[in-house]
Amino acid sequence: MNPWPFVISAYGVTLAAVAALALWSWLAMRRSERK
Amino acid sequence: MPKSAPLFLARRPEMRAFTTRAAKAAAGTRTHPDNAQLSSTPTRSRREPNVPSLHAFANPARFVKLARPLTPILFWTGSALLAFGLWGGLTRTPPDYLQGETVRIMYLHVPTASIGMGAWSGIALCSILFLVWRHPLAMVAARAIALPGAVFAALCLVTGSIWGRPTWGTWWQWDGRLTSMLLLFFVYLGFMALTRADAERGGDGRIPAIYGVAGSVLLPIIRYSVVWWNTLHQGQSISLTKSTIDNSILWPLPFTLFGFGFIFAAIVLMRMRAMLAAAKAEARMRRMAQ
Repeated sequence: MNPWPFVISAYGVTLAAVAALALWSWLAMRRSERK
Repeated sequence: MPKSAPLFLARRPEMRAFTTRAAKAAAGTRTHPDNAQLSSTPTRSRREPNVPSLHAFANPARFVKLARPLTPILFWTGSALLAFGLWGGLTRTPPDYLQGETVRIMYLHVPTASIGMGAWSGIALCSILFLVWRHPLAMVAARAIALPGAVFAALCLVTGSIWGRPTWGTWWQWDGRLTSMLLLFFVYLGFMALTRADAERGGDGRIPAIYGVAGSVLLPIIRYSVVWWNTLHQGQSISLTKSTIDNSILWPLPFTLFGFGFIFAAIVLMRMRAMLAAAKAEARMRRMAQ
């Protein structure tokens, strides 16, 4: 079984989720602080 | 309400205890939490060290003043550490003799598991701070930790599942470690639902705080699950003092661990700042409406 699709998908899911969470938190912070 | 206490804090249930105490902290007076409501005439002092350490940052303005420069520092330092660790883990370490290339998922799985569990320790600590000392920012911090903590717990489960398929031949197994970690994820969801319901009903934050302390019973169960139940998940291979993993494979792990940790801290600070700013704006609107 080729392991690289599993490695790449694990890295992709994790980095995408953390980046989305950080971006969402930053946008929410900026929106709240501008009010 | 004391004049020096921000008006908007009185709107949030977990902030009610703040109004008197933060005014005293801001004024530089030493006040025991139990006596905070008794003294109505805070005496001003020019000496900052008189502020009790626990409540030194109870004043949101003072907290935000510290958090504002700290947020980008934590985020970009964490991003740099993470990038270096992941680059090292993907390109500069050899494959494991048994697991092969899939061992590289360890650089994601171990940090997300540690942060997923550590975040609940943070919620439990904040809950104790709120229940015992009524620290006004404690439940704001707990609420801010909950969502990123749940995301990291979920990422631990997902990366573990992806690791398990080529290593164990299965995506999921109901063994002690996996099941207890899944329970922690559900406990996070319960905490988020409870804090929201408590805020909507005008609660004082005590019920979510008690839940936060009670949920910490899961942490030792997760930690010792691989000892108590000899099932599919491997035993502990890394501790503070020793590791059974060879250094040629292990060295990127501290970089990804601290990288994810700093990013997590930056996200929590962002969420706390958003909550405090939203509460302030809401209070301003109420004052204008009156």
